[in-house]
Amino acid sequence: MSLLDFARGPGLHWAFIIFVFGICWRFVGTLLIARRIKLSTPRRTDNWLMGLKAIETRSWPVEEFHRVIRFQHYSGYIWHISFFIVLFFFQPHILFFKSILGISWPGLPNDVILVVGAIAVATLVALLGRRLSHPVLRKISNVDDYISWLVTTLPLITGFMAFAHVGGRYETLLALHILSVELLMVWFPFGKLIHAVLVVPSRFQIGASFGRRGVRA
Amino acid sequence: MPSKTLGESLFERGVSRRGFLKYCTALASIMALPPTAASAIAAALEKAKKPSVIWLEFQACTGCTESLTRSHAPTLEDLIFDSISLDSHDTLQAAAGHGAEQAREQAMKDNWGNYLLLVDGSVPLGNPGFSTIGGVSNLEMLQETAKGAAAVIAIGTCAAYGGLPKASPNPTGAVAVSDVIKDKPVINIPGCPPVPVVITGVLAHYLTFGTIPELDLHGRPLAFYGQSIHDRCYRRPFYEKGRFAESFDDEGAKEGWCLYKLGCKGPITYNACATVKWNDGVSFPIESGHPCLGCSEPDFWDKGSFYQALAQGQWGSAAGLGTAAAVGIAAGAGAALLARRKQHQAREEQP
Repeated sequence: MSLLDFARGPGLHWAFIIFVFGICWRFVGTLLIARRIKLSTPRRTDNWLMGLKAIETRSWPVEEFHRVIRFQHYSGYIWHISFFIVLFFFQPHILFFKSILGISWPGLPNDVILVVGAIAVATLVALLGRRLSHPVLRKISNVDDYISWLVTTLPLITGFMAFAHVGGRYETLLALHILSVELLMVWFPFGKLIHAVLVVPSRFQIGASFGRRGVRA
Repeated sequence: MPSKTLGESLFERGVSRRGFLKYCTALASIMALPPTAASAIAAALEKAKKPSVIWLEFQACTGCTESLTRSHAPTLEDLIFDSISLDSHDTLQAAAGHGAEQAREQAMKDNWGNYLLLVDGSVPLGNPGFSTIGGVSNLEMLQETAKGAAAVIAIGTCAAYGGLPKASPNPTGAVAVSDVIKDKPVINIPGCPPVPVVITGVLAHYLTFGTIPELDLHGRPLAFYGQSIHDRCYRRPFYEKGRFAESFDDEGAKEGWCLYKLGCKGPITYNACATVKWNDGVSFPIESGHPCLGCSEPDFWDKGSFYQALAQGQWGSAAGLGTAAAVGIAAGAGAALLARRKQHQAREEQP
């Protein structure tokens, strides 16, 4: 079995199984986890509304800290949007999703994908540079942050290499690209990348909890 | 009577010197040799004695022989092929039965240590009776004939990698020639069938330089298998632009756009089809509107559907993912309940 056969076959199969298992485990475990006992009288009764509002308000920088966090905030947006464009609108990727979901959608021209992919990589590098150079950020960073950065960056780098046929034979580069995606999938549920699944419920929870206490979330 | 040289044999058959030099130049170009090598090839081929060649045919469909002998006639490829001393070939020779076997044994005896052994088809190891010639198993015949060969050339994907007979579940226990022959150089010329000029090109290289050509990791001559079909495909610009045919009869197909989405294996297939083409340079499968099947790659039969795009993986089954989800939900619920119990215990223990 060649490396590509492994990557497209058993490797992908097991990566999916671990991915699905891990996400279900983390999601259900987080939803059912013990709640803090509420001893005080709630100041508001529409907590769910506050929860929903927090999902929106926490999507934008808090005004008081805007100047300090704007770089991280907007570069985060740029990174996520460019990553999703590459993931969902590169035509070979659409083929991949079609083989799983049975549906497809129009893709973007390769030139556009290449530019957007380059923006994604540049943003990731800039964010890593900030993490390493900012004393406070460096202090609160742990191995999880760096592994998450690496497993997110590798698919982009190997994707570029496979597309441009740079650094090896195409089948090897394609295999490395798929393996790097599998690494991302395996790490995803167990590291900080799980925020992609938990970000909305956790913001809702914070908003609802703050609302109960009459605090702006 | 002394045997004729290859040059004498070709010129007798009406090949002009100009045509011969043209072939040598093309060959030098295909093999990525410097332009000056063309005259060296011509000089060497012209003077070369007709090499003795024994062709063995095992678990094969005869397509490789057909590819060479019925490609298009007459061409320099098949004339050169005709001009070698093909002393034994089960399909082509007039002799049959014991006479055929005697021809092989005589050729081996007369040219011991110098003949080229060309093998077409895979070798069954499951049971000697699966494929025999004159009551002799393929394995035994290969081992016996290879002993006196200067080099062994595995013609076609079956001989090179096991091919169709080796496809899962491999009922005959088919293996490649290189799985059996370990003490001789084995040159693989895969393809289903191989490109004719590649077969004669390897023979010409051997006759010119007296050595086997440089091989890649799969034992293939780099000169012919050094670049992927995708790299030399005339439809490559459409791939770069992201213009793909979605079906065999849509506008994209009619416009000649890239066949990647229709399962083309060109990006992972190394062969000379896109450069030398077939039928006297008329076209090759992609030019005819069909995706490359990847026939010159090991185990190409077992790599999923010919029409499954390379980007599509085998992600498993819904049942497998459903089980993973169920186990994940149970594990998450179990962990949460455990945490709740611990919290409850801690609260009770508080004064």
